[in-house]
Amino acid sequence: MEDRGAALPADLVDHNALVGPYPFRRLPDPTPERLAADMSRLGIARAWVGHVPTIFYRDAAAGNDELLQALERHRARLLPVLGVNPCYPAWERQVDRARAEGCPAVRSYPSHYGAAAAGAELRELAAACAAANLALVLTVRLEDARQRHPLDVARDLIGADVRAVVRADPRLELVVANADRALIEEVHFGSTPAEAGRIRWDVAWLWGPPDDQLAALYRTVGRDRFVLGTHFPFKLPEAALTRLALAG
Amino acid sequence: MSPGRDAARLVDVHAHFLHERCGRSDWADRNAARLAAGARIGISVHIASILGSWGHTSPVYFPSPTDVTAANEAMRTLARMHPGLVRGYVTVNPNYAEHAIAEIELGLAAGMVGVKLAASRRASDALLDPIAALAAERGAPVLQHIWQHRTGEVPGQEISDALDLAALADRHRGAAFLLAHLGGGGDWAHSLRALAGVPNVFVDLSGSGVDRGMLELSLECVGPERLVWGTDLTMDTGWAKLRALETMGLTAKAMEDVRWRTAARLFRLTL
Repeated sequence: MEDRGAALPADLVDHNALVGPYPFRRLPDPTPERLAADMSRLGIARAWVGHVPTIFYRDAAAGNDELLQALERHRARLLPVLGVNPCYPAWERQVDRARAEGCPAVRSYPSHYGAAAAGAELRELAAACAAANLALVLTVRLEDARQRHPLDVARDLIGADVRAVVRADPRLELVVANADRALIEEVHFGSTPAEAGRIRWDVAWLWGPPDDQLAALYRTVGRDRFVLGTHFPFKLPEAALTRLALAG
Repeated sequence: MSPGRDAARLVDVHAHFLHERCGRSDWADRNAARLAAGARIGISVHIASILGSWGHTSPVYFPSPTDVTAANEAMRTLARMHPGLVRGYVTVNPNYAEHAIAEIELGLAAGMVGVKLAASRRASDALLDPIAALAAERGAPVLQHIWQHRTGEVPGQEISDALDLAALADRHRGAAFLLAHLGGGGDWAHSLRALAGVPNVFVDLSGSGVDRGMLELSLECVGPERLVWGTDLTMDTGWAKLRALETMGLTAKAMEDVRWRTAARLFRLTL
């Protein structure tokens, strides 16, 4: 059989997992139970877990209710990452709620919420996250542009969006999910070292050999800037792990 | 042969290499990286193509005859350098019909094992008929570059989808076709539904896409007997799909079919 001896850390944390159904295609078994089972099978210790329907609800608070309920029995390994729509009334309460629940971060989806990533709402959210000691997770895309449903018109985030958010508050810790190599390089080298040092990137949208994008980025951007992200339940979680293994 | 050896074999039906006329100084490093990753994954045979000059002196998907010939020669050189480990597709541009036929004749006679059609001409076009007929006559599978669900035109390619390939396959039932890179972008479910009743089209699992649900629907629509494994430009995702398949309850025989047995039969490989 093929080499399974990937020397992966024992305390792997998936920073880009979600649960819940998606409106544009069937995601098999997008449940906390399946996520936890896959993590056990693959040696992933814990996961930051968002909620797919919250991306599409206007009222993210209602989605957060569902997420917290879904994860109730799994909190030791599955850490809830609440969604925050900074264009909706009382969004600050969701930040407070995330802090009270012990969440490591909140997720926001400017393209889906109709917010400009460089706009006042995101700046206020960035400041609130920083004040609450919560990381902010931005998602560049959910699916490849070539396979989008005709009704899926949310645009991908671009480098300018990420740069605007990281500059919004000097204390903000930003995690960017599903970014490709070009976007990572653009933002990293388009930021001051202090700004770049507050951004972590997940590996879900990078290519392994023979292009070896992740290995190249380890050399240029720095290995410490990257975190595991599987993009479960959209993607096979195996892919992030084979990418890490082949990147060395 | 021991059962363990059977289970360990692995054929990549969709590999690519570079060569010195690609205009890239790192071409040899990239080739070495593919072989090194292949060794790590456990690939027994890389069945590969070179698409002309990869855009250096003619477009990737519309390679000039001169670039096609040079690339096929380079592919044969690579196969000679790695006997048994690397096998070649003859890449052709069907718009140059006589040249394409001559390249196929030459390549197959020199040990190449299949025909690679990129995106130079829509798969359903009659210009592909002589190529498909020759491939059928010689028992050489045809790997057709596919955009999963063609909903319009895109720059740089004359794209085909599974319905286009199915039309060609229906006209040439004695030929074996491979739908390239199911995970290579687009609506893979559309392709799988389209191919459910097309027995001479096999599905190559390669591509950067690793959507959950893709493997399940592949098994439902075409079954393990018409699935073949490959990597294309991203070997990590190929490895991931292989590892995921191993958890899906396939029989040992079905898993061997996907890993290598079907490819070995189609390409007449001795492993």
